[in-house]
Amino acid sequence: MSEHAVVGQNLRKVDGVKLVTGGAAFTDDIHLPGMLIGKILPSPHAHARIRRIDTAKARALAGVHAVLTYRDVPRVPHTTAGQAWPEPSPYDTYLLDSKVRFVGDRVAAVAAESRAIAERALKLIEVDYDVLPAVLDMEQAMAPGAAVIHDEPDSTKIYDRERNIAGYILREIGNVEEGFRAADYILEREFRTQRQQHAMLEPHISIAWLDADGRLVIRSSTQVPYHCRRQVAMILQLPVSRVHVIKPRIGGGFGGKQEMLLEDITGALALAARRPVKIEYTREEEFYMARSRHPQILRMKMGARRDGTVTASQLTVLATTGAYGSHSTTVQGNTGSKVLPLYRTANMRFECHVVYTNMPVAGAFRGYGCPQGFFAQETVVDEIAAELGIDPLEFHRRNVIRLGDVDRLSAQLGEGKEGLPRVVRSCGLPVCMERAAEAIGWPEKRTSLPSRDGVKPRGVGMACTMQGSGIAGVDWASAFLKMNEDGSFYLQVGASDVGAGADTVLSQIAAEALGVTLDKIVITSGDTDITPFDVGAYASSTTIISGGAVKKAAEKVRAQVLQVAGKMLDAPVERLECGNNEIFTTGAERKSVSMTAVALQAMYKEKMQIMDGASHFNTDSPPPFCATFAEVEVDTETGQVQVLHLATAVDPGTAINPMQAEGQVEGAVTQGLGYALTEELVLDDGGRPVNANFLDYKIFGAKDMPKLTTILVETDEPLGPFGAKSISEVPINGPAPAIANAIFHAVGVRIRKLPIRPADVLEALRAAKAAPANMTEEVLVTR
Amino acid sequence: MKTMELRLTINGSERTWTIAPGDLLLDVLRREGYFGVKRGCERGECGACAVLLDGKPINSCLMFAAQVEGRQIVTIEGLAHEGRLDPLQEAFLDHGAVQCGFCTPGMVVSAKALLDRHPDPSEDQVREVLAGHFCRCTGYKKPVEAVLAAAAAGRKPAVEVLP
Repeated sequence: MSEHAVVGQNLRKVDGVKLVTGGAAFTDDIHLPGMLIGKILPSPHAHARIRRIDTAKARALAGVHAVLTYRDVPRVPHTTAGQAWPEPSPYDTYLLDSKVRFVGDRVAAVAAESRAIAERALKLIEVDYDVLPAVLDMEQAMAPGAAVIHDEPDSTKIYDRERNIAGYILREIGNVEEGFRAADYILEREFRTQRQQHAMLEPHISIAWLDADGRLVIRSSTQVPYHCRRQVAMILQLPVSRVHVIKPRIGGGFGGKQEMLLEDITGALALAARRPVKIEYTREEEFYMARSRHPQILRMKMGARRDGTVTASQLTVLATTGAYGSHSTTVQGNTGSKVLPLYRTANMRFECHVVYTNMPVAGAFRGYGCPQGFFAQETVVDEIAAELGIDPLEFHRRNVIRLGDVDRLSAQLGEGKEGLPRVVRSCGLPVCMERAAEAIGWPEKRTSLPSRDGVKPRGVGMACTMQGSGIAGVDWASAFLKMNEDGSFYLQVGASDVGAGADTVLSQIAAEALGVTLDKIVITSGDTDITPFDVGAYASSTTIISGGAVKKAAEKVRAQVLQVAGKMLDAPVERLECGNNEIFTTGAERKSVSMTAVALQAMYKEKMQIMDGASHFNTDSPPPFCATFAEVEVDTETGQVQVLHLATAVDPGTAINPMQAEGQVEGAVTQGLGYALTEELVLDDGGRPVNANFLDYKIFGAKDMPKLTTILVETDEPLGPFGAKSISEVPINGPAPAIANAIFHAVGVRIRKLPIRPADVLEALRAAKAAPANMTEEVLVTR
Repeated sequence: MKTMELRLTINGSERTWTIAPGDLLLDVLRREGYFGVKRGCERGECGACAVLLDGKPINSCLMFAAQVEGRQIVTIEGLAHEGRLDPLQEAFLDHGAVQCGFCTPGMVVSAKALLDRHPDPSEDQVREVLAGHFCRCTGYKKPVEAVLAAAAAGRKPAVEVLP
């Protein structure tokens, strides 16, 4: 039970009513006079040069108002990654270019009076391509003789363009060679992960127009309005002050909208046509022209003593960023820095090559490199525990990071540069493990199961994971509050609610700090003209960083309220408290005055607007922790894996709104289930997508779901507002390894490739049957 | 462009709209300001564009507007009545079943059709209906709970949609 009046309460979303009534809240929910429809001509080739492009016929078509090719727009190398300036991602992308680097890359763009005319105009654009050899296998990208994807001279921050290496990372703490020498068992395994799509229900959409002052207004489905404004201004060569980005309600982002994806081209078309322009991706376009999770090949090596003490860990990764390096080094950096330190060994080494390929572009996706890393690490840990005859839960108990520990790998591996050491100041992981284990029935099912006889054996498996809460020393936010004459407050935040409930959480924090009820907070968020700066919705930062700014601003405003109230009550401010929309004296004789009376007094008697703002950042990124336990049933005749029960316990610090926090967990694990079992954007041998629709790209539906148990293990994080950390990303990391480990428990085979397809399970079962002695396979090195 | 008149009853009001014969119902509804009808896939796969046609949920991206001549459409905008939310809408808010809200209108109208026919549905029945609506935010647990709670409350729906 919360000791607070507003924080910790299961209050309704502040934007909920308009969402359940179908209110006009999203980007597309406006009609602008004269609005044109924009469409992008996608490249049909994975790698090609445009030898000739003729737009005359398209331009001549009635109803077409603008046609743009690389010849019509400024050439400004940039990254589409919505990151704080200076972005650590390579500047390797152009508004439009004379070279195309993946199927779906931009060739040209049109704006026309209707979608039908725009689509006809695309067909009238004549393009001659010099088709180039394409790199469609990440393992071939660095090979001598491989086609060079970024041979243009003006891109920057590419690690080694001749070898198609967008980024390279090598970090070591301690001495892994010594650590492995101290081990009794060493295990090294290879894992492969796939291209997962965000599949948010609202595709990317931007609407751009020139306002009466000739400023470019962009209403957009984005997680990063401020980064978008800065990037669009640079690309279109406008002063930042001439660009206004508005983020309305967003139909899901999950990292896919931490990307300046349509804003630049929509803006360019609006400038060319001098009319409002809308571009909305179709579902098919969303699948292959937007972003995805980075596919990786991981080699995880871990050493342990006989008692289970981990002595060293080493992770070597090859990842592909696709045709452009958006988020390339930062996502992959997380695969090391947020994964390896879960174990307390002093010896860790992380090495990663991120390579270009002529495939769809990868980017930010909930978990940001951690789902891949934890799949590898937690599967290897399970295997080592099995080899050592230690229960996996006990193995975790002995080895995982604890309260007071310092994670030194994070100090080496920050956001594209050296980071800051992480200190664990709150840690609910031990409790998470025990409670999730209890929910799944761990000790009983671990010992009584599996009955490997029968067609459908069952098994249980587990995984532990962590994440961050904002990027230490980089993410920052601001907030502004002013008092209205009815005693309510207007809260302005740059933070970007993309559907996860940030507006509600931030309003709850403001209300708590001001001593008012939630209905007294009116919030506007994510509008670059109206709200102060915020880096945006990513890196699990909003509650802790934006919430920190809101709390600071509210405390300053509260002090102003108390000043006025003190005079009205003839009491020193030290004796005043705020609560339930009034200010009252503490002590024997209780005197009070309402917020409304204070507001009227301030505005009309003292002639003073009660208002203030604050900025906030942290130099540390407190990790939220998660324990995921899965029970599965494996059909040994078909290879089908059915998850029966998924129990997830998370330590989010204080849950500002527990109901919303649970919703974050349930949504994250559902995406994690798809990652584990069904989701992959498949490309053919020409790099063309073969399943760019919801029928063939399978996300979990209401009937596919296992039983979900969600447990919040609250702790008090000193760096967070009212003790909050974060919750939205960490639960996505656990399902894949927990399910893979449960499959092993059920049928004795290890699956090290995602998604876990029935065919792969069957193949593994067949192989195990052929060589039963190798059922659990040999440890590579046994001392 | 060839046009035609479409007469229909929408959320209880009779309307006549000018449409093109090939216009999709989804496009016409949004053009007429029913923004609660969402465009998610245009292939009948995601359910975000669901509306009730003579009381039954349909994907409006899979129908020509001309096909609803003389028929009754209810969209999410038609559920709240005289400023009062439908019990389903209340339950979605109280149970945290709304996150981004993009799939919510479709889920709510389909659930409404279910409760109109089966005031006391099983969880399986609810999941069967929600299976027509992809949600990438919630994991479906809270939407299922919300529909069951609205049913359990035994509250009468605010608007009658069955003929």
